[in-house]
Formats: sequence, structure tokens, C-alpha cells
Amino acid sequence: MGSGNRQPFDNPVIEWVDSRLPVFTLMNKEYGVFPTPKNFNYFWNFGAIAMVMLILMLVTGITLAMHYAAHTDVAFSSVERIMRDVNFGWLIRYMHMNGASFFFIAVYIHIFRGLYYGSYKQPRELLWMLGVLILLLMMATAFMGYVLPWGQMSFWGATVITNLFSALPVVGPGIVEWLWGGFAVDNPTLNRFFSLHYLLPFVIFAVVFLHVWALHVTGSNNPSGIEPNGPQDTIPFHPYYTMKDTAGLLLFLLIYCIFTFFMPNALGHPDNYIEANPLVTPAHIVPEWYFLPYYAILRAVTFDTNLFLLIGLVCAAYLVAVNLWFTKKPENCPVATTFKIPVLQDIPMKALEPLMAAGAVLFLGIGGMIAFMPDMGMAKMMDAAAPVLVEAKLGGVLAMFGSIAMLFVLPFIDRHPYRSAVFRPWFKVAVLLLTIDFFVLTYVGGKPAEGLYVLVAQAATAYYFAFFLVIIPFLNKFEPRVPLPPSIHQYVLDKKAKKKQKSDDYMNALKPEAAE
Amino acid sequence: MKLFSAFCLGLALMVPVSAMAAGDAETPPKQQWHFSGPLGTYDRAALQRGFQVYRQVCSACHSMKLLSYRNLEDLGYSEAQVKAIAGEYTVTDGPNDEGEMFDRPALPSDRFVSPYPNDAAAKYANNGALPPDMSLLAKARKNGPDYIYAVLTGYEEPHGDTHLLPGQHYNKYMAGHVIAMAPPLSDGLVAYEDGSSTTVDQYSRDVSEFLMWAAEPKMEARKQTGVKAILFLLAFFGIMYAVKKKLWAGLH
Repeated sequence: MGSGNRQPFDNPVIEWVDSRLPVFTLMNKEYGVFPTPKNFNYFWNFGAIAMVMLILMLVTGITLAMHYAAHTDVAFSSVERIMRDVNFGWLIRYMHMNGASFFFIAVYIHIFRGLYYGSYKQPRELLWMLGVLILLLMMATAFMGYVLPWGQMSFWGATVITNLFSALPVVGPGIVEWLWGGFAVDNPTLNRFFSLHYLLPFVIFAVVFLHVWALHVTGSNNPSGIEPNGPQDTIPFHPYYTMKDTAGLLLFLLIYCIFTFFMPNALGHPDNYIEANPLVTPAHIVPEWYFLPYYAILRAVTFDTNLFLLIGLVCAAYLVAVNLWFTKKPENCPVATTFKIPVLQDIPMKALEPLMAAGAVLFLGIGGMIAFMPDMGMAKMMDAAAPVLVEAKLGGVLAMFGSIAMLFVLPFIDRHPYRSAVFRPWFKVAVLLLTIDFFVLTYVGGKPAEGLYVLVAQAATAYYFAFFLVIIPFLNKFEPRVPLPPSIHQYVLDKKAKKKQKSDDYMNALKPEAAE
Repeated sequence: MKLFSAFCLGLALMVPVSAMAAGDAETPPKQQWHFSGPLGTYDRAALQRGFQVYRQVCSACHSMKLLSYRNLEDLGYSEAQVKAIAGEYTVTDGPNDEGEMFDRPALPSDRFVSPYPNDAAAKYANNGALPPDMSLLAKARKNGPDYIYAVLTGYEEPHGDTHLLPGQHYNKYMAGHVIAMAPPLSDGLVAYEDGSSTTVDQYSRDVSEFLMWAAEPKMEARKQTGVKAILFLLAFFGIMYAVKKKLWAGLH
């Protein structure tokens, strides 16, 4: 930001301001001539789209807050007053309601982009982690926002989710009462949720600022995952990406408007048009759709983790760790290299393997039997010897927060030198499966936790964690390394040539038929 | 681009599916309403008939606390007509200069007068079941107006293993097939002035449309604004896409 080598502006007013406060120089540097890889696809629009959605949520939210009353006696009817009597209140409220959904859609696509093209990797680890922090803050904000209309799902969703903290040992019940400001979800809860729902978006805004700042230090990743190494690889941000982002944004807003204006309640739950009633529990309490994957993970842990199961898991983790996480090659050992721990590289871990393998089979077998089939005779006999260490509820809560934590530490788990899935055939399959897995979790999260849905949720949860803890370390070690193109420019040329070849082949294939 | 389209398609398919909740009753058949579709509007005559059914039948038990009499002007009633309708009800107002509460005829600015003074009284008069407030009923039930129409026309003789207690009735569209409300409508119950057929089917259709209006009175404005917004975005997107194409043509 130093104004030492500032280029003077022709316009005297701009020059007057800029020589005193170089905002124009800054904007030109960061959004005007900012060198950007020239090969972005439309996945790269979603950062800008998410930014616009955040601003849209802030503007509509502040307007709603002018008319909303955060008291259990009137909250529900004050929202209906907005819908019926406030000028264009229905529009502002529906924009805000559906805006939350579309903000999450934009952010989920943005995260998928980051995963698929390896945008989280060195040197963008902190950029990625700030992004995960934004996701967490968004989840907290959206959860508290859903409570404000004080409908049935608001109330019961708040009750279920705040109750999760009671699973924490010792401090749990105290934390829950502290969150509620009483002994149940009630007026104090609604009041503080409103206060925090107003505060957190500004915290998000601040973290977004850091996120964008970090982005402008490292520069953007691109579909090839190769760093630009010369002017032939980049184009100025303006006008190329300002125009492309605007086009993509308008298409996104078009879909958003179709929902907002023509099916504004399609993404919500009808029960939230019934005023909260602590004496009547809805048949199925479901969170908003964007929380369903985590809700599925939470409910997938239906079993208590006993001593045997835990020992078995530790043995299995040891095997994975020795064979996949740590290796003799320091560049593939994430923990050892990041934190410079030489000990981990020297332990003769291989020696213990057969013992651990036997332990894993034995203890997972017995522990699993006690956990999953408690009614079997054998399980009943062993039950006394295997005290429950982590109850199902706590296990579910740990798994749910663990699923976000996985994203947080991903940059340190994935040590493969290539970023983009384009040049990682095995990773590509794994990450696309993870995407499907996310959809499956969304689906079962909205279904009652019974029968087949539980099994599917458990399998999908298992894959989710295996992706981060087993598959990625496995790929670090074993995924073949195809030669990378020397530059983005060459990558683009190769791609073009391939496309032309394909269309030529197609035309050639057509020709003889045409001749006949 | 291929990956991107596949991704968007996946999202588009997932979202509506996940928004659906599981239900145990029969799914109400989809009805064709005057307000269906992106350009559909309310049929004013049906709304007025539906209001008549509500006033003469439903309002005996069901409140509509979120509506005011003045809202009825949306149905096509004149100011004088609304004043006359409101005047038929009595509200308690006050305190007056002497500190006394007093009864007076309702004004257009008053909310719909509820049939019972409170929920406890409503339950006591209805075998312990609380007749739900109808202001938002069409949005507070899955399938909204289709569901209301289906329940009103879904009364049947009990069959299967459904066991009914005294004061319960069989309805194939209710969860568990049990409803506390006796069949509220019968042919010829409400005398229509516009010559529409006076059947349970017609009453049910009219009152369902009326309840949709009550739940979503701004639907017409919403759709009309929506059409403008969509057209604007389509045109603007077309221009920006062309700008982008033209601009990028010189690259690579």
C-alpha cells in the first residue's frame, strides 16, 4: 500500500484524493491490473457470488431488523406484520429467507471448487482455513437466524441443537443453561440469538476481508493447479474477470429470483408457519437443508463407543499411521515436517504392525459386537468388561464438529505436490465420490433416523472421514505422478489442441457417411 | 464446463428432494388452482365465496387472528361493504374516560374476532382438540391448499384397522387417518348468491383458495414483481454474456 511509486492520475480530483489517501491506486492494483490466471472456468465465479450474497443478506437483514421484535410474545406476529403490512416487507423477508439458502449454495460450490482444484494447498493454507472459519460462522449465524421467526421448527431446532452441548462431560449441562439464559429455550434465548445474529455477519465480513487479503497475497489458483510464471499466463482482473463474474452472477441471481418470487417456501419447512409451542413436538424435527449433511453425521452415531471399540480403533489408526501417515521420506510426513518433529521419523513403527493388526481385528470385532448388537448373548457377557467411554450422543457431536475440523486440517493432510484433480486421476475419483457422499448425507439427513437410512448415513459418514484420514494419505504415497505441463499457457494450448483433435475426429467420422 | 453442468444438475436435483419431509398419510392429489403457476392470480369470486364458507361454517371454531377486516378489500369488497361486514361483530374496547371496558361494533381496522376467548376455552368446547388458527394454515401444511381441499373432501367410513374413539372421524389424508373435526361441510349448507354449485366439493375448493389468500395475501404482487425481475435479469445476463464473449474473443 506504500504510495512511494504511485502513478499520478490525470483527473485532478482523483489525483488530489489519491495523493493523500491512495484508495484509487489500491483498487487499481487489487482489482484493476491485478494479474489473474487466464484459464478460470465458471467455478471461479462463486467467490464473487458469495460476496454479493453476503452483502444482500446484510442489507435485507438490517432492513428486517427495523421491523422485527425479538420477544417470544410478538416475534411470530411481527414477522407476519412484515409479510402483510410493511411496504415490500414480503419481498425483503423472502429475499433474506431464500438468500440464506443461496448463500450456502454459492459457498458449497466455492468449497467444492477449492477441493477439486486443490486450492487449499501450499501456499494457500491460511486462505483456506479462513474460508472454513467463514463457513463455521455462517452456520452459527444461519442457525440463530432460523430461530428468530419463532415458529415450531425455530423453537424445536433450537432446542435440539443447543441440547447437543449437554453431551459434553461435566461442563455440558452448565453450558446449555448458559446458552439458554434459563432452563429451556425461551425469551432470553431468543433475545441473545437476535443480538448475535446481528453481530456475527459483521464478524463474517471481517474474516472475508482477511480471506480476500490472503488471496491477493498468494494470487488465485486455477484449473490446472500450476502457478502462473509469466505474463503469458495471466490477464488483468479488469475487464476480463469483472465482466465474466458479472455474467455468472446474473445467472445465479436469476435462479435465486425464481425461488424467491415463484416458490419462496420450497426450501423451508411448513411447520415454521405454526407459532412456537413448547407443549407440542413436531413429528420430525429437521434443520434447514444446508445443515442436513452434518445432521446426518450427528445422527449416524447411534452406538456407544466402549473400551474395546476404542482400543480397536487405536490399533487400526496405528496401522494407517505407520503405513500411510508417516514414512521414511520426510516430505511425505505431514506432522513431522510441518512441526519439525524428528522423533516421529525415527520410531521403528513397522515392528509393532502384526501385533496391532491382530489387536484391531479382535477388539473391533468384540467392541463392534457390543456396540451394534447389544442383544446378542456374547455381547451381553462381554458388556460388563467394556465400559462405555463415549456415549452415542457425545460421539455424534464429536463426529459432527470433526467433519468441519477435517476441512480445517486438510491442507496439512494432503501432501501430494500436485494441486488440481485434473492431473490427479485417483484423487479426482475420490473427491467426486466425496461430493456424491455429501449429497447422500444431505438426503438421509432429511429422513427419519430409522431403518436403512441409518445404515446409509453410517456408510456415508465412514466415507467422509476415510476420505481425509485414509484416502488422502494413501494418495500422498501411491498416486502416480503424470508429467505436468510446464505452464498455464501450455496447458491451455494443449487443451485447445485436444478439443480441436476431438472435433476433427468427429467430423472425419461423419464424412464417409455423408459421402454414401 | 461439463463437470460444472453435472455439478449444478446434481444440486438442482438434490435440493427439492431433501426439502421434502416424510409423511404417513396419503399424499393429497395435485389440484389446478386459479392461482397455480408463475402467472396465476386469485379468483375474486372464489375468494368471496370461500370467505362466505369460512364465515358461516369454519369461523364457528377456527380463528384467523392475523387478518383484519380491512384486508377483505383485497377480495373485491368495497369500503362500505367491509365496514358492514365488520359491523356484524362485537369487540371489547377501552378503557373509556371512566375507566370502563365497553363493547362496540368492530371496525375495518380490527382483527377478525375469534370464536373463543382463549385456547383453553376452544379446547374445552372441542373435546380437548384445539382448532388451529387458519391465518397461515395454507402455508403451515405440506401441499397447502391441495391438503386443505383433500381433508375437507377426504372423510370416509372407517376402514382398515383404524380404531376410532368417540369424537374422532376417519379421514384418509390425515396422519394416522384420524381427525377430531366432524365433517364440517354438507351439500347445500351455504347459500351462494352467484349461482355456483352448492356442493361439498365446490365449498372445499372455494375455502381452500380463500385460505391460500389469507396465508399469502401478497402473492399476486410477488409474482408480478418476479416476472419483471426475471425479464430484467435475463436481458442483463444476455448483454453481459455477449460482452464477456466479445471481450474474451481477443484472448488466447
